[in-house]
Amino acid sequence: MQQANIARPGSAEPWRDPEAEPYVRVINVTKRFGATVAVDDVSLDIYRGELFALLGGSGSGKTTLLRMLAGFERPDSGRIMLDGQDMADVPPYERPVNMMFQSYALFPHMSVEQNIAFGLKMDGLPRSEIRDRVAAMLELVQLKGFEKRRPHELSGGQRQRVALARSLVKQPKLLLLDEPLGALDKNLREQTQFELVTIQEKLGITFIMVTHDQEEAMTMATRLAVMNHGYLAQVGTPAEVYEYPQSRFVAEFLGTANVFEGLIKAEGPTGALIESTEFDAFFQSDTDPPKPEGARVFVAVRPEKMRIRRADVGENAGTNRLVGTVRDIAYYGDFFMFVVALPEGKSIRVSRPNLARLTELPITWDDRVAVEWEPFATVVLPE
Amino acid sequence: MRLRLPSGRTLVLALPFLWLSLFFLAPFLIVAKIALSEAALGIPPYAPVLRWTDEGVLTVVLNLGNLATLFSDPFYFDAYLRSLRVAAISGLLCLVIGYPMAYAIARAPEHRRNLLLMLVVLPFWTSFLLRVMAWIGLLADNGVINNLLLAAGVISQPIQLLYTDFALYAGIVYCYLPFMVLPLYATLSKFDPVLIEAAADLGARPWRAFLTITLPLSLPGIIAGFMLVFIPAVGEFVIPELLGGPGAQLIGRVLWMEFFTNRDWPMAAALAMVLLLLLVIPIAWFQHMQGRASR
Repeated sequence: MQQANIARPGSAEPWRDPEAEPYVRVINVTKRFGATVAVDDVSLDIYRGELFALLGGSGSGKTTLLRMLAGFERPDSGRIMLDGQDMADVPPYERPVNMMFQSYALFPHMSVEQNIAFGLKMDGLPRSEIRDRVAAMLELVQLKGFEKRRPHELSGGQRQRVALARSLVKQPKLLLLDEPLGALDKNLREQTQFELVTIQEKLGITFIMVTHDQEEAMTMATRLAVMNHGYLAQVGTPAEVYEYPQSRFVAEFLGTANVFEGLIKAEGPTGALIESTEFDAFFQSDTDPPKPEGARVFVAVRPEKMRIRRADVGENAGTNRLVGTVRDIAYYGDFFMFVVALPEGKSIRVSRPNLARLTELPITWDDRVAVEWEPFATVVLPE
Repeated sequence: MRLRLPSGRTLVLALPFLWLSLFFLAPFLIVAKIALSEAALGIPPYAPVLRWTDEGVLTVVLNLGNLATLFSDPFYFDAYLRSLRVAAISGLLCLVIGYPMAYAIARAPEHRRNLLLMLVVLPFWTSFLLRVMAWIGLLADNGVINNLLLAAGVISQPIQLLYTDFALYAGIVYCYLPFMVLPLYATLSKFDPVLIEAAADLGARPWRAFLTITLPLSLPGIIAGFMLVFIPAVGEFVIPELLGGPGAQLIGRVLWMEFFTNRDWPMAAALAMVLLLLLVIPIAWFQHMQGRASR
């Protein structure tokens, strides 16, 4: 998992400013479908100009939340405010919100031009203004010359851009994107990620994006919310959520994490010391323990923050050190992933960047290895 | 030399052509021949087109008089016009009634759709004639509807329902409605409802979304359904005969009259020929539209 948040020069961080007024407020929103709770008492503030990602697996409630913002579903309880206005009784066709659908939902009987002009036509704008704005949009999404094509005559990437243009042309206060890149292949997806961010910054429109793809969320979003079973597991910038996961679910959902169990041993002067209940080892962190001494906690360590080397003869597990045997080596091209089996039966994953061209690995199958990490890499999960 | 046998493909294609030639083209040519011959007393009741003169010369005698009469006598012209109008109005009525039905079935939960479609087709399981007769029982002066209205005190005298245009349209719409509902359902069930959400999202009120998105996209179904009602309704004989008023001289009735009452086969054949041409035009147009829609 690379950490490559697309640079946002000079971008402010309004969520750190207690004075800042949220642009979109989701207040204690709950939505049930029959017996299942799709969205469970969610509260969320999103600021003007953000590109906010709702990240979660299927059934996590992210799409339902998005559909409530669009007005296709009504919350059972709670409120949704946009720019100070309560959206509860505003039908979709009156909301200053537009949505880019996962399937794009382009009108098959209309040309590219007619598709983009549809929303402006519904607003009854003069013909000349519609023409100008459609032309400007076609330019923005680089589809000049495709005006008269029908959706079925376009490639997947072109359709995606028509859908984007159609949802942006009305200059909504808020743009909702449902898996915007889900239908594109990998190379096109990366390129489109950059394009979307560029367009978002150019227009300054607030984007809320739903995705199940963590890479997409991490690279594009200003902030993201990880959803699980209808509740918000964690909200923060991609780096915050990745580096400081608050729960075992978030640690394991975002990227890869080795999770261990332990008891808080002592509140040392610097950080927390945790005694493993699985191995004869200790975990030292540089952050203060979230719970009192003796409490049971989970500890997460990311594979890329661990070092792997051949173990010395007679070397055993210690503080921030585990010893085991290499069970598997996966070659990803840009890095290796070692699967190390610990004597107690558990396996851990350790990655190592592929710094040299692959000739001969210093570590191979069945080697006895020591895995070590610095205290900052030990994340004590409060939940 | 080896005998080249026709390939399997040719055979497969030839079979329907053979069938159509035998059972459609040949009868059509016979009807055309009768239409161009003179009426005569005898069996068959028309004079042959090809005959030998006394001098032994083969002569062709074509009689265009029947066709001329069709176009000059307003009686026939009116009957055609009335038939086309009745068929068109029936088609529109079926569309107005059938569209909401088809829409509701297409939007119903999947496990219930087959049951609903079954209910639409169910009347076909009983005799067509029986169903038309049942309408007589409903609409007659002492029929179910009049008796109910009398008992409820809404009317004091039975109202004339049977043998009116109302009865005619009720009968046609009732009998042909499934032909409208089924093609409409086929189109509407393929329609992606997310398009309606997209239209609403872009500012279209529900009615506007229907007119700009749903309706144009269901046009192939509308045309197919309309044609399936219109074409048989133009030549419909049984329903106007049993339910329609005496003034409703539709082409089916006129044809019957010429054939069985007047025993004027050439005239009846000419009527049938022109009717066929009248129907070929909308069918050709329909196929043209279908071809354009699928492109």
